[in-house]
Amino acid sequence: MKHTLSVMLENTPGALTRVTSMFARRGFNIESLAVGPTERHDVSRITLRVDCEHHSLEQIEKQMHKLVNVLRVLELGPDDSVERELALLKVSAPPSRRAELMALGEIFNARIADLGPDAIVFELTGTPEDVDSFEELVRPHGLQELARTGRIGLGRASGANKRPKQHVLV
Amino acid sequence: MRMTGADAILRSLEAEGVEVMFGIPGGAILPFYDAIARGTTIRHVLARHEQGAGHMAEGYARASGRVGVAVATSGPGATNLVTPIADAWMDSTPLVCITGQVKSFLIGTDAFQECDITGITIPIVKHSWLVQDVRELPHVIKAAVHVATTGRSGPVLVDVPRDVQEAELDFSYPDAVSLPGWKPPRRGHPRQIAASAQAVTAAERPILYVGGGVLNAHATDELRALAEAGRLPVVTTLMAKSAFPESHELHVGWPGMHGPKWSNWALNKADVIVAVGARFDDRVTGKVSAFAPGATIVHLDVDAAEISKIRHADIPVVGPLKPVLAELAKAVAASATPERTEPWLRQIGAWREQFPLKYRQRREGELLKPQRVLEALQELTAGRDDVVWTTGVGQHQMWAMQYIRCDRPRTFITSGGLGTMGYGVPAAIGAKAARPDATVVCVDGDGCFQMTGQELATAVLEELPIVVVIVNNGYLGMVRQWQDMFFEERFSQISLTHTVPDYAQLARAYGALGFTVESEEELLDALAEALASGRTAVVDARVDPREHCFPMIPAGAAALDVVEFEDTEDTVRA
Repeated sequence: MKHTLSVMLENTPGALTRVTSMFARRGFNIESLAVGPTERHDVSRITLRVDCEHHSLEQIEKQMHKLVNVLRVLELGPDDSVERELALLKVSAPPSRRAELMALGEIFNARIADLGPDAIVFELTGTPEDVDSFEELVRPHGLQELARTGRIGLGRASGANKRPKQHVLV
Repeated sequence: MRMTGADAILRSLEAEGVEVMFGIPGGAILPFYDAIARGTTIRHVLARHEQGAGHMAEGYARASGRVGVAVATSGPGATNLVTPIADAWMDSTPLVCITGQVKSFLIGTDAFQECDITGITIPIVKHSWLVQDVRELPHVIKAAVHVATTGRSGPVLVDVPRDVQEAELDFSYPDAVSLPGWKPPRRGHPRQIAASAQAVTAAERPILYVGGGVLNAHATDELRALAEAGRLPVVTTLMAKSAFPESHELHVGWPGMHGPKWSNWALNKADVIVAVGARFDDRVTGKVSAFAPGATIVHLDVDAAEISKIRHADIPVVGPLKPVLAELAKAVAASATPERTEPWLRQIGAWREQFPLKYRQRREGELLKPQRVLEALQELTAGRDDVVWTTGVGQHQMWAMQYIRCDRPRTFITSGGLGTMGYGVPAAIGAKAARPDATVVCVDGDGCFQMTGQELATAVLEELPIVVVIVNNGYLGMVRQWQDMFFEERFSQISLTHTVPDYAQLARAYGALGFTVESEEELLDALAEALASGRTAVVDARVDPREHCFPMIPAGAAALDVVEFEDTEDTVRA
């Protein structure tokens, strides 16, 4: 099963390496990883996507908590969090296909970041699932290059579950 | 106070109460050694190899219960510390390693003796620091000692570029550390402790499965109180040997691959297992799915990540063992009916009678039996409470576990998790530095001794006398046993010979006493003389290489499927 983890860590050299090294060493696979600054200048946030059983997830969380630079580990549940991803897609677009592709982009609210004689670079922000769908739709047209940021997420501001699930062991 | 970074490291270590450090100087750590030359209250023990320095610091830590400190230069000095760091990581030994690094502006340029030691050691340290600003040093040293010694103890590394050691700062030592991401648990959950007590007092066949965490937590008194309150049998793992008095009637041996059959039966047939600072290591459990089937697991540990890592814990208690065990002992004392466990204790006693340790009697003209060497050591030191044992790794280590009786905490120091051959001699030197009053005996193998034997020079010149007993079977004995048992006797690259080197002569070359023994009389005489000498001594006991260490649970087999010693007419009971 897939899980999204949000990890707050000190913004110091090597902190990210410690987290990723722990994954490699213990044989856990990272599906995607996005890291960036937060509201605090001294804290970074990693959003991690992992595919594992519950037992492994528990181990991952506990092993991460042992890292001195790691401040907090949260699991972002699909119902109580917002997740987004940014993708850039360079698609073959000879003049004859341009209109069709642009219409496709419109459906997904994809912006056109750049336009050349033979190709379009789309910029799409959406749920990772939206990005998957768009990717599949343009692929037959000739997907020349693709870059995705990996998902980022936050707990919801609305609804009953304002705070994401935090595992605390007794 | 204005001073250099090098001085600041020393003043910080002094402020932490460090009394001994072990190391070797080199280019990138020269300013620190210059600070030592200018004066410090800390004793520096000069090792002959950085691996030796690291294991000495480990031996010191394990014998004293305090943090060990090892110092090395950059590059090869630092990489030579990798094995002790990994060893300390696996056995949760509190260790602070201080390494010199090339000057800041050279980092990343492949400068002479540069290596990324913080990068190399990431998977085997609790935390590490590459100090870039001299003003950080006091806080970093304080944090290093704090992280190494709190929660589940373990190794940390502080890498200090040479120019940072030379730069100046206004020194003041902080009273407290600020580490927002390091918050080890401070107490166990009362409800979980109550549930544990209930499980223990309701059990028909309870057992305490004790690991090295009890020693790290200084919780041996609390452990004893718990065992006695509930009349609970105790098995101690290799790492926990000496955590519970071995002549105590409730001590029922050592579980695992070479534990006596009765110890493994007691653990595997229990209905409630209280794991105390133990981690269900594969050398203890054998095949995990067949380990103690049906038993309720109560798991007490300061490290939450150990809970349910290998075996699901029915009742987890995360917290420091000293207060957790004290509270659990109190709760058990209040509700236990101690006679409840008597039939279970009688049953274990019967197994102990039924499945004793055995080995083959030596015949005329044969070499000494290795088991006999350990038996003789035990006989000669019985009743003494001032002996500290260290070992290497292999058959001799397992025989030491089986035959040596330790009644006082921190008197058996060995490499458990990593299984580091060569650990014994330097660890003994470190233990001697921690316990100058004690007779420190290293039970070693001939293979192990040749990995770190050069530290005899350190023992002699630093006046840290140790007795090394080499159980010399002329082979890499444990490998020989596995090739014999599991590889159809195809012996491959294991012959070391009994005679090269001549260990007694080698010892004398280092200024130590050297004995070669081949008979029972020679053995007893040499051991007695070595133990009484007060000098560093090496006893080369030439033993029969054909002896296997039994009993044995083959790797991956169920713990109840013990391969036993096969009786012959010349079997002796240990």
